[in-house]
Amino acid sequence: MSGDGTGYPLESIRAIVQKLPHFEALGLKALELNRGNCLFRVEYSPELVGNLESGVVHGGVITTLLDSAGGTAAFSVVPDGASVATLDLRIDYLKQAEPGRAILGYAECYRQTRHIVFVRGHACHDTADDPIAHFVASFMVGSVGFSPSDRA
Amino acid sequence: MTERDTSLFDRVMALKAAGDFAAISALIPYSSFVGFELLSEDDQLITILRCRPSNIGNTTIPAVHGGVVGALLEHAGVMHIIHDCEITRFPKIINISVDYLRPCLGTQDTYARAYLVKQGRSVSNVRVEAWQSDPLRPVAAAHAHFLMR
Repeated sequence: MSGDGTGYPLESIRAIVQKLPHFEALGLKALELNRGNCLFRVEYSPELVGNLESGVVHGGVITTLLDSAGGTAAFSVVPDGASVATLDLRIDYLKQAEPGRAILGYAECYRQTRHIVFVRGHACHDTADDPIAHFVASFMVGSVGFSPSDRA
Repeated sequence: MTERDTSLFDRVMALKAAGDFAAISALIPYSSFVGFELLSEDDQLITILRCRPSNIGNTTIPAVHGGVVGALLEHAGVMHIIHDCEITRFPKIINISVDYLRPCLGTQDTYARAYLVKQGRSVSNVRVEAWQSDPLRPVAAAHAHFLMR
């Protein structure tokens, strides 16, 4: 992990990602952000329901929560000026989310090369030992595209 | 399942019999949150993600949030199973793998089509591709498993 002062300032990553339109639409909050890992939260809302039978949120909400956490964790380890784009992700749904409850999404970078950041994580209501979903993804590091230094 | 749940499933089955898949999709609140619509073309379902500023996850390109693209692929998979399979309950997602192939532009609609690779008694495997202006230039692809019972 970088952590050597050449990465993006964590506070500017947090400020910029939370203002991205879909982060705002979903109400994604970055609860914790460190070099190499982060924790996001999405509040329950009836408009996010994907299964009317059970009231459980759509899988897309979990995908978005974890892709957001993964991308943000990747931003925290790349050099200032670099962009990050999701190359692929996989999500295993381990148990149903409970209707009415907020969901936490955690992601950490476990390997970083010049071109790729490898990330893993999970979604849960309370603690990591009772996960809703497991997540693994890789992010491409580039020189063009979106980066937290784009202050539009 | 409670009384109410059973009637919901029956409602979906009645809509399926009537061929009204758009109405099935519209029963799902998240569909209207992101802007999913359904098209039936030559007995094939196409799931559309309407271009909306609120779906942007990358303001530079600008591109649709990868999570919303993943949601489109999952949704197209579920709707395809409801369309193609004899189901006794709503298919439940087990896992999904998404490959992001090209930028999914936030200024265009995105389309997705699913293929049933295998329908088992308890698990189905589907592949889904999403594209914008050209189906031969997919922006994302996924494979996913759904629990059928």
